[in-house]
Amino acid sequence: MKRHLLSAADLTRDDALLVLDTAEELAQLTERATVKKLPTLRGRTVVNLFFEDSTRTRTSFELAAKRLSADVINFSAKGSSVSKGETLKDTALTLEAMGSDAVVIRHSWSGAPVNLARWVKGSVINAGDGTHEHPTQALLDAYTMRQRHGRIEGLRVTIVGDVLHSRVARSNVLLLSTLGADVTLVAPPTLLPVGVESWPCESTYDLDAVLPKSDVVMMLRVQRERMGAAYFPSTREYSRRYGLDVRRVTTLKDDAIVMHPGPMVRGMEIAPEVADGVRSTIQEQVANGVSVRMAVLYLLLGGAESAIGTPE
Amino acid sequence: MTWVLKSVLLYGEGEPVDVLLADGRIEAIGVGLSGDDAIDGAGLVLLPGLVDLHTHLREPGREDAETVETGTLAAALGGFTAVHAMANTDPVADTAGVVEQVWRLGLEAGHCDVAPVGAVTVGLRGEHMAELGSMADSAARVRVFSDDGKCVSDASLMRRAMEYVKAFDGVIAQHAQEPRLTEGAQMNEGITSSKLGLAGWPAVAEEAIIARDCILAGHVGGRLHVCHVSTAGSVELIRWAKDKGWDVTAEVTPHHLLLTDDLAATYDPVYKVNPPLRTQSDVEALRQGLADGTIDCVATDHAPHALEDKESEWGAASPGMTGLETALSVVAKAMVETGLLSWRQVAERLSETPARIGRLDGHGRPLEVGEPANLCLVDPSATWTVDPRTMATRSRNTPYAGDVLPARVVATFLRGRPTVLDGKPA
Repeated sequence: MKRHLLSAADLTRDDALLVLDTAEELAQLTERATVKKLPTLRGRTVVNLFFEDSTRTRTSFELAAKRLSADVINFSAKGSSVSKGETLKDTALTLEAMGSDAVVIRHSWSGAPVNLARWVKGSVINAGDGTHEHPTQALLDAYTMRQRHGRIEGLRVTIVGDVLHSRVARSNVLLLSTLGADVTLVAPPTLLPVGVESWPCESTYDLDAVLPKSDVVMMLRVQRERMGAAYFPSTREYSRRYGLDVRRVTTLKDDAIVMHPGPMVRGMEIAPEVADGVRSTIQEQVANGVSVRMAVLYLLLGGAESAIGTPE
Repeated sequence: MTWVLKSVLLYGEGEPVDVLLADGRIEAIGVGLSGDDAIDGAGLVLLPGLVDLHTHLREPGREDAETVETGTLAAALGGFTAVHAMANTDPVADTAGVVEQVWRLGLEAGHCDVAPVGAVTVGLRGEHMAELGSMADSAARVRVFSDDGKCVSDASLMRRAMEYVKAFDGVIAQHAQEPRLTEGAQMNEGITSSKLGLAGWPAVAEEAIIARDCILAGHVGGRLHVCHVSTAGSVELIRWAKDKGWDVTAEVTPHHLLLTDDLAATYDPVYKVNPPLRTQSDVEALRQGLADGTIDCVATDHAPHALEDKESEWGAASPGMTGLETALSVVAKAMVETGLLSWRQVAERLSETPARIGRLDGHGRPLEVGEPANLCLVDPSATWTVDPRTMATRSRNTPYAGDVLPARVVATFLRGRPTVLDGKPA
């Protein structure tokens, strides 16, 4: 594997499968144990550098690092020197001076993790950058698909919603195509980027046409700030044309699953009955997120050693 | 003090000749001439001093990024004898007072002539026309007016400005960017932006304004100059407007002739520029447009930025690239080495035509006896490695750092006085 995880495109097929297999192994180890902590990254320091609020992703990374016995520093932009005008570079150099081994970065600007990687010696893990990528989300989604379907290759995955502004969609398209799934994007034309035809997937405007063929339906959040920006006329119309409601779910195959990266807007892109239904993997995704992030930290920081170690 | 340039090729053509400079003029052209001092010009190309229609000197306001002194020295090293200083300073060059200040700073620096550009609207706000006539009548003799950095997007205001400046033979240099289509825009909208998750700056946002302004220029019989044309569609529109016989001229920057939007994949803000780098097919169309005369000239859009404005996330960085010291070399690489332009045509596109558009006296003149000795001596076979640390510009945001470029400016003369000798400040 490369030193950093900046984009899902950084992962070869073998890399991605190694992460998923390692995550599975780590999940089993910690499930069996009464104390869910492994000594693997003892003495290593992981910095959670969050320039954007994201309690769930930050907590997931924090838990993952702690379960591997790493020291974790949470560095959030609010109330720190960042809000006093410190640049990303200065923050990076500060973390470098403190001797961090890995930086997990969430940032509102696309590409910020790429910039950061030029200024620090340790590994940089992209925990979501602007409208660019969110590779660990794609890994945990792939993990969840494999858990439910037993495979990823050949799965028909439908990703629905605000693709234009979605880092989850970008990372999923890249990772899933690497792993041999067939991805179809569904969105109103205003929420598909110009240039999407160059992506390794299909795209369509017609949700009802693709649902019966789908093994996986992934609903994306529509952010509130998009709603007033004339990408579509009203939330009601969006919901009617692109929401996963109870009627649409009946057209799915028996074993099709419904995913959502969260946080979701119930009643907008997904009906509450669907979010809480048996097809929904939303809770599993959260749990799997910890295992996958443990695997990523382990492989980037401690990967040279072969054994995963024994539970304490 | 007289100078003789020995065995130079005028415009890179014909037999080598000696050129004698005296009293600020070309005194004689012939063989066996002698003067107080001499330059061995064997193998060198003599061009009229280059003229830039589009330079950001940043003074007043951002002297940390550039001053008139450092910017004009960079210009001289790039072979320029005149530059047009853009109006987006702080305070904005929207009054006779500010343009005269910039003009005087240029005189004092003495590296090249500085022709201030006046803002079209007060404070570049796009609301009220600035006192264009006062700037035209000032000591700075402003003829080029531009809100560059911002588009004069109000169609009525643009029309009135193009009409108004007819009274003093002015020209409106438009930064063509439809503002609503480019809100938050970070790079060319296309395949690369879709992958990088950077908000797109679509070609149509430039082309829609150019189409509108060309038709307006035709309607009112005014003079329009289109700044930094960056798309294939824009070239077509300008070709069409010229076919109509309308008084429309256009410039292209060196970087748009060479670089493409895939460089944004590095997220290195040194490649962030406005208008953004486009695609290879746009680059090809721009080169063809410059070669066939649809695009009249090359202008640098030299845009120095302080380190902190470029050493950041892409989205937070200021757009712009330095260009004065690399312009001629980039044109040599993109246009001369490719056979699209001869050195004779380079003289036209980088000196004669921009001087004419800017109504600058004494620049872009023929290499003939009696003409002002504003000259640029180029070694066409030299190559050099771009090192931002050794450049005269105060800023380091060149996209060519580490690149090996062809052609080197050996000497520059401003009214017979050397400003650059042996590639260094004289």
